[in-house]
Amino acid sequence: MDADQIAKMIEEKFSGQVQGTVTHAGQVGVMLKKDMIRDICRFLHDEPSIRMDHLADLTAVDYSAYPGDAGPRFEVVYNLISTVYGHRIRLKVRVTEEEPRIDTVTSIWQTANWHERETYDLMGIIFNGHPDLRRILLSEDWVGHPLRKEYPLKGY
Amino acid sequence: MTDDGYSLTSSIYGEKMSLTNATEKEIVQKEMTINMGPQHPATHGVLRLVVDLQGETVVGIDPRPGYLHRGIEKWMESRTYHQIIPITDRLEYITCMNNNLGWVVAVEKLAGIVVPERAQFIRMLMAELTRLSGHLVWLGTHALDIGAMTVCMYTLRERELILDLTETVTGARQTVSYVRIGGLRNDVPRDFLDKCREFTEIFPKKLEDYDTLIRQNRIWLKRTKGIGKFSAEDAINYGLTGATLRGSGVNYDLRKVEPYAAYDKVEFDVPLGTEGDVYARYIVRINEMRQSVRIIKQCLDMLPEGPIMTADPRYAVPDKATVMTNMEALAHQFVLMSKWVNMPKGEVYVATEAPKGELGFFIVSDGSGRPYRVKIRAPSFVHVGALPKMVTGHMVSDVIACIGTIDIVLGECDR
Repeated sequence: MDADQIAKMIEEKFSGQVQGTVTHAGQVGVMLKKDMIRDICRFLHDEPSIRMDHLADLTAVDYSAYPGDAGPRFEVVYNLISTVYGHRIRLKVRVTEEEPRIDTVTSIWQTANWHERETYDLMGIIFNGHPDLRRILLSEDWVGHPLRKEYPLKGY
Repeated sequence: MTDDGYSLTSSIYGEKMSLTNATEKEIVQKEMTINMGPQHPATHGVLRLVVDLQGETVVGIDPRPGYLHRGIEKWMESRTYHQIIPITDRLEYITCMNNNLGWVVAVEKLAGIVVPERAQFIRMLMAELTRLSGHLVWLGTHALDIGAMTVCMYTLRERELILDLTETVTGARQTVSYVRIGGLRNDVPRDFLDKCREFTEIFPKKLEDYDTLIRQNRIWLKRTKGIGKFSAEDAINYGLTGATLRGSGVNYDLRKVEPYAAYDKVEFDVPLGTEGDVYARYIVRINEMRQSVRIIKQCLDMLPEGPIMTADPRYAVPDKATVMTNMEALAHQFVLMSKWVNMPKGEVYVATEAPKGELGFFIVSDGSGRPYRVKIRAPSFVHVGALPKMVTGHMVSDVIACIGTIDIVLGECDR
């Protein structure tokens, strides 16, 4: 199944959650609202015709310095692939600077546990309901989140 | 107190024994937390594990990575696409070529660069040689950790042959920075192909030698069979990739799923295990080495003639001879090296099959010559994350076997 079809299926199942799609180099990203992310992921994982069983990557991007971008500051990105069918899709969810919170998907993919910890550590996104949200690469007493754009490259 | 080490130790031991006898039950029931690493010879780098033990059984384990964190993703945001190639060498420093390739393939996907066929074949040839080198280091150190010292001596000897081959092509044994966006830095030297063919004749026999050293060894079997088991479903759910996943019988190899370089033009099998334990993954990696040799042989037979750099003038780095004689080429090289060219806006996630597993690069481009954000999906990071599931319930000595079997490099895990 190609990614556009999957995006349509999400739209049908969760009406009003899809805010649009972007395609670059044949890869489709679906922009979603953050409220039902866990349900959408559960649907993509369980639906027999989609079977997105492998969460390849989970990360976040800070769009505060991106030219011409006026949306909420952070974007949490999920890169999914099905090991059964071999199709890919990318989910993109914006969260604001004031409330950088989103639901965890650890209950769906165990591998999200460490990816979310890393995203919290380096970008400062808080994952609601995460079983063990601690810093992972930096020491426990570190101040700040280095991958945010205002964090200096040197001088620390 | 005597000068005789033996009697000294035995007297201390004897004292302890008598204490233990008094409260043996108490000691066995009490949980103990020990710290393994970051400077531990069997953790393959600077991995620290906090292990909870009940007697000698592991009841909980908390890996603490980050001792080698250099902020590579942050650093990449301030470098041009071209300047990032040497940084990728420092991720998984045993098999640098595969990191170069992973990055370059991702950038080429972002910008839609078409790479000539000869370059694709040489990339694949070098990537497979490097895969062999990576697997040899894995086999040697994994066996060494479990106590089979001999294997390590042999595997490192054969790895030298590969490093010599790498050196003839790239000038470096490690940190090669050989793959370029749109092609390669230089063509292979004339005598390389013959040397490489000679290697493919020698290597399979050596591989049989290592295999006979340990495959039937009773201690090896006892230490690896039934240890660190992962069912196929769990393995996918925990994000395992590469040989670690295929040991559980999941047929997922990115060289087949989404072929890059010229993997769709050669024939090779994807070895699979059934049991999902340490032994199954050992068998899978040994068979993978055989398949790598098969790919290398086909590369040597099929290697087409032609250019090694893309024809797209925006991204093609002019070769040195032209730069020295042609004004335009000199100016173009100066621009490429100092600020690169403006790339298309957009984002891609491209994954390649590195020796350790799925190495993915997620690039967000804002249209300039430097990436806006890069995320490196490192297989070692994900595999260390699966370690608690793998070792809980086993003995403390099995922790070492499990670290060996997930085949990690901390440079990539911590980034």
